[in-house]
Amino acid sequence: MVLYFKYLSILFKSQLQYRASFWLLTFGQFFIPFSVFAGMYLMFERFGELRGWTFYEAALVFAVIHLAFSLSECFARGFDMFSGLIASGGFDRLLVRPRSTALQVLGSQFEFTRFGRLLQSAIVLVWALAKLPIDWNAPRAVTLALMVACGVLIFTGIYMLFATLCFWTVQGLEIGNIFTDGGREMAQYPLDIYKKWVTVFFTFVIPFGCVNYLPLLYVLGRAHGHPAGYMAMPLAGVLFLLPCLAVWLIGVRHYRSTGS
Amino acid sequence: MRPYLSVWKLRFILGMQYRSAAIAGIATQLFFGMIFLMIFQAFYSGSAAEPPMPLDRLVSYVWLQQIFLSLIMLWFRDNEIFQLITSGNVAYELCRPCGLYSFWYAKLLGQRLSSATLRCFPILLIVFFLPKPFRLSPPASPEAFVLFLAALALGLLVVVGVSMFIYISVFWTLSPVGSTLMISVAGEFFAGMIIPVPLMPHWLQTVAGFLPFRWTADFPFRVYSGDIPAGEALWGIAAQLVWIAALTAAGAWTLRRALRRIVVQGG
Amino acid sequence: MISLQGISKSFKVARRAAGLRQAAKSLIFREHTVVEALKDITFSIGEGEIVGYIGPNGAGKSTSIKVMSGILVPDRGSCTIKGYTPWKERTAYVGHIGVVFGQRSQLWWDVPVIDSFQLLKDIYRIPPDEYRRNLALLTETLDLGGLLETPVRQLSLGQRMRCEIAASLLHGPSVLFLDEPTIGLDAVSKLAVRDFIRTINREKGVTVILTTHDMSDIEALADRILLIGKGTLLYDGTLQQLRGRFGTERTVTVDYRGGSGQGPLVVEGAESVSWSPERAVFRVDTGKTRIADVLSRLSEQAELLDVAIEAKPVEELIVELYREHRI
Repeated sequence: MVLYFKYLSILFKSQLQYRASFWLLTFGQFFIPFSVFAGMYLMFERFGELRGWTFYEAALVFAVIHLAFSLSECFARGFDMFSGLIASGGFDRLLVRPRSTALQVLGSQFEFTRFGRLLQSAIVLVWALAKLPIDWNAPRAVTLALMVACGVLIFTGIYMLFATLCFWTVQGLEIGNIFTDGGREMAQYPLDIYKKWVTVFFTFVIPFGCVNYLPLLYVLGRAHGHPAGYMAMPLAGVLFLLPCLAVWLIGVRHYRSTGS
Repeated sequence: MRPYLSVWKLRFILGMQYRSAAIAGIATQLFFGMIFLMIFQAFYSGSAAEPPMPLDRLVSYVWLQQIFLSLIMLWFRDNEIFQLITSGNVAYELCRPCGLYSFWYAKLLGQRLSSATLRCFPILLIVFFLPKPFRLSPPASPEAFVLFLAALALGLLVVVGVSMFIYISVFWTLSPVGSTLMISVAGEFFAGMIIPVPLMPHWLQTVAGFLPFRWTADFPFRVYSGDIPAGEALWGIAAQLVWIAALTAAGAWTLRRALRRIVVQGG
Repeated sequence: MISLQGISKSFKVARRAAGLRQAAKSLIFREHTVVEALKDITFSIGEGEIVGYIGPNGAGKSTSIKVMSGILVPDRGSCTIKGYTPWKERTAYVGHIGVVFGQRSQLWWDVPVIDSFQLLKDIYRIPPDEYRRNLALLTETLDLGGLLETPVRQLSLGQRMRCEIAASLLHGPSVLFLDEPTIGLDAVSKLAVRDFIRTINREKGVTVILTTHDMSDIEALADRILLIGKGTLLYDGTLQQLRGRFGTERTVTVDYRGGSGQGPLVVEGAESVSWSPERAVFRVDTGKTRIADVLSRLSEQAELLDVAIEAKPVEELIVELYREHRI
């Protein structure tokens, strides 16, 4: 963990070396999800509501998933950009160091410019929370924090899975976008508006629904049943990450038996 | 023409080798199309008033966007050109026997075409056979189809004309990030890629009407579904032609100025 | 200390054909060929040796380095280095070795060198005392004094290579793998790097295994040569032995005055290579003719002003070795 922060600080220093481009990118990152959010706003303006969801509720859904996405793009960037590390041969270097490969890959890249996106999502979050009549208490606040944290784990797990694919092929990794970008696009609206197969897939296979839609029902006071069940939902993110890590280790073993 | 043709052929072969990339791209686009449609359908289902665009036209709109994505998206970037400019090596390009503007224009056009030919037919085939609410309907009429093809082709020329400005702007900003990001975020929005132009509030539609972006995607796709009738479509095509003329003239002029600056400053 | 027993490794490589039709074909069907990168490699290296690992491109040099540094797992064979099997106890093993990949940097590009070093200190869990001691020693012997505060991208290639080597030695490894450490360096930096390698080998007893294409590196550093070609070990021995095997030939260059002035000097037992009225070059096989005889015969014909006798350069010896094994 200490080492992870050392990695953080050295990469932060590096990125600040290019100050102008750093700020420009941060600024630009602020605007990318902005147009998507504007689209959402305009749709609600025209149609009023979405299957019983109000605009601010949907905005909260949007904010949670975008927060998780931008945090994972910032901190798990190393896995996202892993094909570059393989192509440059940098992965061999990691293998001759006495630390776990997953930690070193995580530490190989951070994208601090994603703070722009993070800021935008945070503003949406605050705005939505201010407008929603939520009956706040400690369990609800904890649930909300857990949702974001475990969302990060899911995205990280997906990055890890597709980084693992790099050990076999450098092509076709675009398919990962379905689960990261696609998952994000999908999960920014409440999950119950989709067809059954989408809902099932994104609840039981890649559990975006568990870190976003389901616990949110509880936060918004729409849930029936025991709150503990809903509060524990986000932990599905942890359950998702573990097999991803195992697959990663298999990938590393494969790499070491075949080379690149 | 010959050199452009061989550039295109080379790209195509290169593209073929990345078969899994193509398959992945197709799957991604199908998925995104589905998600968008489900979101729109959910909005439509609760709507009391008649929406400004019937659902089946909206379905065509979304699918055509996905099918021809590489023809219309603005964030399709050619890093080679960016590097040429930022490294100052663009001076060597001036030694080529053809004009730089037309050369780059052809290169960008070729890239988009080759990437589109690889991907559009499989998606087209699949979406024609999807179950009902997702199925792509055939064009409104034979005339509409012909007009759609013309509008799409001209729209492609508009896109390349616009994206040329992204490249040219790098001569001044020296970094491709800012200008690509700004132009593509705004362009995507006003081309109706986030929400269809007819679903925008009135004032935004007016804004979109004054910008070139909606002529690249929104216009041809609505011609296809008959949302824009044939008579109006002809006027639209005229508008596209005007935009193409204006964009290429302005682009060529700014590129000349940018190059003169380089020559004067000695790179 | 290092011993390899029958190490073999093969790779599957996809074949890609040219042309549109072939490209279309490969969409469905892809051919693979199996390349045997290492075939039954066996050797051992003692503590404190400097070994030059040479061979043409694609011979299997990097593959063997990768096996020895624990990156790759071989198909067959065993390897013991400092009591470890490299690919089995990776994290425990790699703390004892240092690896320099000449063509790739391990330093963080945009920050001062010292920041990279400090990060490495944490990665290798180097105790503060030892870190300080090693850093001081490396700074002195590699002359890094002014470089540590400079961002890596501002360093010259030679300066960077010195920092790379220092980075690989911060944790005090006892085996050092150098993969083309002098590639692209100017003459001064090359000498500095060689000097340093000799120093740490002598003073700290570090075992060094280096691959290179620069035979002057081998001549200056390596007591022993391992030649690998097409995945097999072709030669294992000292430079002297190699010389003895191929190098009975000497080139004799004489500057002279006088002589007949009409055409080349003719000497029995020496083959004339080139000739001018002031200078003549001969090739002499010392296995058959003694140099002294050649010189005395020459001095009978002309007044010798200067004489230079050269053995065949290592490069040529290596080329002959390659030729002998048809690689």
